[in-house]
Amino acid sequence: MNILETRALTKSFGGIKANTNIDFALEQGRTMALIGPNGAGKSTFVGMLSGRIPATSGQVFFKGKDISHLPAHRRIALGIAYTFQITSVFSNLDVRENVALAARRDRTKSEDEVAERVAGVLARVGLSDRMEQLAGGLSYGHQRVLEIAMGLVQEPELLILDEPTQGLAESEVTEFVDLINGLQGRPTILLIEHNMDVVMRTAEMITVLNFGEILASGTPQEVHDNAAVQAAYLGTTTNAES
Amino acid sequence: MTREQKSLWLHAAVVLVLGALYFVLPEYHAGNLARIMVLAVYAMGYNLLFGYTGLLSLGHAMFFAAGMYGFGLAVNHGGLPAGAAVLIGIAATLVVSVVVGFLALRTRDVAFMIVMLMFAQTGYLIILYFGEFTRGDEGFVVQQAQRGLFGFDLSAQGIRYWAALILFSACLLGIAKGVNSRFGKALVAVRENEERARMLGYDTHRLKFLAVVLSGVLSGAAGAAYGLLFGYIGSTFATVQYSIFPLLWVLLGGAGTTLGPFVGVLFMFYLIDLSSFLTDAYMFIAGIALLLLTMFAPKGIVGQIRASRVPWLP
Ligand SMILES: Nc1ncnc2c1ncn2[C@@H]1O[C@H](COP(=O)(O)OP(=O)(O)OP(=O)(O)O)[C@@H](O)[C@H]1O
Ligand SMILES: [Mg+2]
Repeated sequence: MNILETRALTKSFGGIKANTNIDFALEQGRTMALIGPNGAGKSTFVGMLSGRIPATSGQVFFKGKDISHLPAHRRIALGIAYTFQITSVFSNLDVRENVALAARRDRTKSEDEVAERVAGVLARVGLSDRMEQLAGGLSYGHQRVLEIAMGLVQEPELLILDEPTQGLAESEVTEFVDLINGLQGRPTILLIEHNMDVVMRTAEMITVLNFGEILASGTPQEVHDNAAVQAAYLGTTTNAES
Repeated sequence: MTREQKSLWLHAAVVLVLGALYFVLPEYHAGNLARIMVLAVYAMGYNLLFGYTGLLSLGHAMFFAAGMYGFGLAVNHGGLPAGAAVLIGIAATLVVSVVVGFLALRTRDVAFMIVMLMFAQTGYLIILYFGEFTRGDEGFVVQQAQRGLFGFDLSAQGIRYWAALILFSACLLGIAKGVNSRFGKALVAVRENEERARMLGYDTHRLKFLAVVLSGVLSGAAGAAYGLLFGYIGSTFATVQYSIFPLLWVLLGGAGTTLGPFVGVLFMFYLIDLSSFLTDAYMFIAGIALLLLTMFAPKGIVGQIRASRVPWLP
């Protein structure tokens, strides 16, 4: 079953077409990487999935339901979690409260259950000993990890991560890969990623976006063998890392 | 002791001290304190929107005046008993804040500030326009006979003090509880990073609307109480000056703290009172003091204490 589908999803910013008629499907339980050069329209695409960016035209389906007209907070309530490409945490609140705010989205959870979940997730991502610290005082790498923790604690059905490893140190990247692989099976993950090593170690499926259109989609092997992709993206070493 | 327990004890202690002060203070200061407590309710209402939700309004005088005039007109022209008139005042503010919140929240930041200011100016002009009922600039007095509630004469100094204390305590304890609730924490999330809050699944627009309405209604309740306790309804209370006051009080006392609004009103009230006792240029002295405070305690008095010494301060 496809947890997510889009039909002819399009976004134009004034004259610029950031996404053109994107038909996309993501199977439940998979981890898919969304790759493509800078400015390809990846962030715009996931922004339209989460409701952060209103689509110019086209539709989004989540678990078969048309969510195109739902505002962001309603989509998130359905089980979509979203992390920002540019770190966006509550700088003046402590780490615990940042994650708790994310956990409280589920109104059926009591404060005790929230606290329990928060502690669990912080332990999993290795931020337990920094719970009382203000988020703004964390190192950049820890803020990225916090951002991921805020996604995980929601126990979403679909987790959208926009370049989570950007700017992380090598060791932190490895921890991230382990974290994602440790989640296997639970949420469906849509991961925007420039680091091809991370893509190869985490993703079961890859979609390549180029100039706002899907260039190729399939297993890593299929995508790797695709001639168009080779020409446009993978063949050029400069894009592999940026 | 948990944070919540400490907070409860602190607020209970403040209420008890204020109660005890009545027996100690000379009449003049007890009278001041009654006024300060009512104005502090206004400041707490303002703080809910500004300090907790992060929305800066320059038009809160319209809420205060809506409550005050709603009460005053209902008594003087409607001939209603005081209790019912207070409810009318609060209902009037509810209507005003729902309408204003609905319209003004289509804007944000500076535009929101200006729109609130414009609405408040409109409110002020409406009061002047209907001078036949409101007596325009002069305002009107609510007679002693009309200021009874549950058989108590609220124009009497002592009763007035206790009435102000009851209102103040109810608001203080209610707010202390409210800002610790999920709703209160969600408001803080909006203040800190609205986009992030929205992308965590919070309906930030609804939260801001509720904050405007709650803040408006508290301000209006203060306005109605002011009319009831002090017996004068005047258009000065609808001017820009009365929109700026709560902002100053809250900034001085500490935005986003439960006790900051009260401390801010207390501080400014006595600053002006004492400096006018010393010299004619009292506004000058008050201005200097305010300047110093903003330079050396930018988080306000309570905010600064929290930042430097008592991190659990609510
Ligand atoms: N708010 C905006 N207004 C105008 N143009 C925009 C806006 N957001 C994105 N764009 C443009 O749309 C195109 C796609 O941008 P997008 O951020 O989706 O790319 P991306 O694939 O995420 O790139 P990167 O890898 O650099 O993050 C770019 O040309 C960008 O300049
Ligand atoms: Mg991007």
